[in-house]
Amino acid sequence: MAVLDTNPVHELIGRKRLVSLAAPALILAYLVYVAISFDLAGLAGRARFDNGALLLQDFWSYKIHVTRDNRGEGAFETSIEGMRNATFSAANEPGWIARREDDGREITLPRGHSVTIAGDGLVTLATPEASYAIRPTGDGIEADIPDPPPNFSISDKRFSATLPEGARLTVTRSRSEVFRRQAGWELFFFDLSSPFYGRSLPQLIGLALSGERLDPERSNIAGMAQDFWNNSIWHHGDVAWAMFETVLMAFLGTFGAGLISLPIAFMAASNFAPSRIVRQLFRRFFDFLRGVDALIWTIILSRAFGPGPLTGSLAMLLTETGTFGKLFSEALENVDEKPIEGLRSTGAGALSRVRWAVIPQIAPVILSQLLYYLESNTRSATVIGAITGGGIGLLLMQAMQTTQNWEQVTYYIVLIVLMVMLMDWLSGRIRARLIRG
Amino acid sequence: MTSTDAPAIAEAYRMQLSRRRSYSALLWAIFALLMISGFWLADDRNAGGFWEGLPRIFDYPSELVAEAVQKAGNLPGLMLNALPALVETINIAAVATLLGGLGGGIMALLSTRGLAPWPRLVPLFRRLLDIARAIPELVIALVLIFILGGGPVPAAIAIAFHSVGALGKLFSEVAENASLKPVEGLESVGASWLLRIWFGIIPQVAPNWASYAMLRFEINIRASAILGFVGAGGIGYELRNAISWGQGRYDAAAAIFILLFATIVLFDQLTSVARNRLVRGQEQGQYGGRI
Repeated sequence: MAVLDTNPVHELIGRKRLVSLAAPALILAYLVYVAISFDLAGLAGRARFDNGALLLQDFWSYKIHVTRDNRGEGAFETSIEGMRNATFSAANEPGWIARREDDGREITLPRGHSVTIAGDGLVTLATPEASYAIRPTGDGIEADIPDPPPNFSISDKRFSATLPEGARLTVTRSRSEVFRRQAGWELFFFDLSSPFYGRSLPQLIGLALSGERLDPERSNIAGMAQDFWNNSIWHHGDVAWAMFETVLMAFLGTFGAGLISLPIAFMAASNFAPSRIVRQLFRRFFDFLRGVDALIWTIILSRAFGPGPLTGSLAMLLTETGTFGKLFSEALENVDEKPIEGLRSTGAGALSRVRWAVIPQIAPVILSQLLYYLESNTRSATVIGAITGGGIGLLLMQAMQTTQNWEQVTYYIVLIVLMVMLMDWLSGRIRARLIRG
Repeated sequence: MTSTDAPAIAEAYRMQLSRRRSYSALLWAIFALLMISGFWLADDRNAGGFWEGLPRIFDYPSELVAEAVQKAGNLPGLMLNALPALVETINIAAVATLLGGLGGGIMALLSTRGLAPWPRLVPLFRRLLDIARAIPELVIALVLIFILGGGPVPAAIAIAFHSVGALGKLFSEVAENASLKPVEGLESVGASWLLRIWFGIIPQVAPNWASYAMLRFEINIRASAILGFVGAGGIGYELRNAISWGQGRYDAAAAIFILLFATIVLFDQLTSVARNRLVRGQEQGQYGGRI
């Protein structure tokens, strides 16, 4: 292309073209550098995708464990996810577990598989193709399977088979265990100790309406509410409290900061500050509060107040005082001076000038900022709760750390997202109404 | 009201005024009640009380400062040690902002009426942005840490995902206000959708988009420090280790505190200056700057 050096337009376009090529190249180079420094190549090796699969499976289903204790007297136990407080009694055991004459169990699994555990401990796994026998012994297991299928893993200590639809059989010398997956979240409404467990919705409605008390102590509706609230697996009551705590932290932090920073913001606004030094001082003070950040404030405050929602609220309050101080002082710098002059001409004092000439001008800005931050602070409160030990964030962290209760993790995630969306909607509604009115 | 009777009008006005005043007094009373009871409740559910803790509020900072001053010689070395972690935290934030800006830009164009290539899908993309915004970074980070293991990648992905939602919404608001004339001009010469956007819209929205992205970058630095604290690498992780050593090793914690503080303030000021410049530059453009 013939570029005329004398033509400044061509030069300009050439420069722009260079920039438009160089900027993506720079960004690409940076991304490559980061990919190397984050060890993206090694990530695939370290990643545990089986964990991901487990998590996805647990999101929508749960396991029922049938366990035989091979050490003691060969006792059987059927429970949900192996939880002690979710153990089935003989009466409410699922239908696919059959008791045998010799006190063993016959367990039907999906797609034509079944497992029979005899009273003497012999385990027989029947697939549609063949049948395999595994016997736990005093120091390991005996399994004579010459050509095992790929889903079996056999050593002299342990036999395990991954079966269709998430089922699994494990035999060691200490116990034989069968997992079977069921869709849904187990015992979400009532745990096994509740008389309302295992009833369908129409049955429950019937019970709630009819006077026949399942439990003579309390009416059916009250009983249902109590059993739901105190569910020993899902702890709905505690979860509701935790959600409330999180919203409370956001509420106290945001509006507390608003109340504190509004009067101070006058000192940082150029048209209200008594002198430049005072203004600079307050601006730096706000920068300091913001710069320390909620993370550090949380750590410092939790030393004095201990973990809990108060610490979280105060940490958020301090950070947001810095943010609001800056925002409000900017709003104050933009106020129209004329109403103030008008009030001054009537001999009004400083306080009445602020009340009648300044506040009405900045109130919509302040309110809309506060409400906007209320929503974003609900999200921050989740994170701060995870650090300082309060609210739904902590529950989420704890449920994650057990690496078992993934259905509860899902539950918390759903609740958090709903909570944030609700706060977003609510603050948007209030904002629209206040600013219109 | 058809009355022109001045005293009656004045009376009606006074009634209205006093009604409005009593409403706002009621609102203030409810607000005060909520604040006080909320504070009381939070105090009640906290491990330590507010009034017992208040005198001790400066204990930890003063111990920290005292020890840091005493071992001031160690500080530069400790800071140097923490520097790679700090760089990692900043890298997490930068990558997340870049990816979030890219994704947010694409999502914004897909969810802006008048610009979207598939106008029927605009509500869908908006809902997607809402969801991306509503999921806290912590949630995604924790899930990804479980799958990918600790380190910077889960944090970067988590923050990027949230940034897509946050920036997408803001970007789309900017794009809504862009003039459609260049787009129409390009359309008249047969330019494809991509070319129309690239030459017709991007030059208009770029300064504002960049300004929002910078604001996000500053927010993301804080987020990436906090996520480090829950196990996602970077300076937050170092900080958690340092404070768990407790007394006698406060100098390490102090070094990280100083580094983190300085970084946040630095980027806060930098982005603020840069944003002012961008916005002012745009204003100049409006009043007839260069093409």
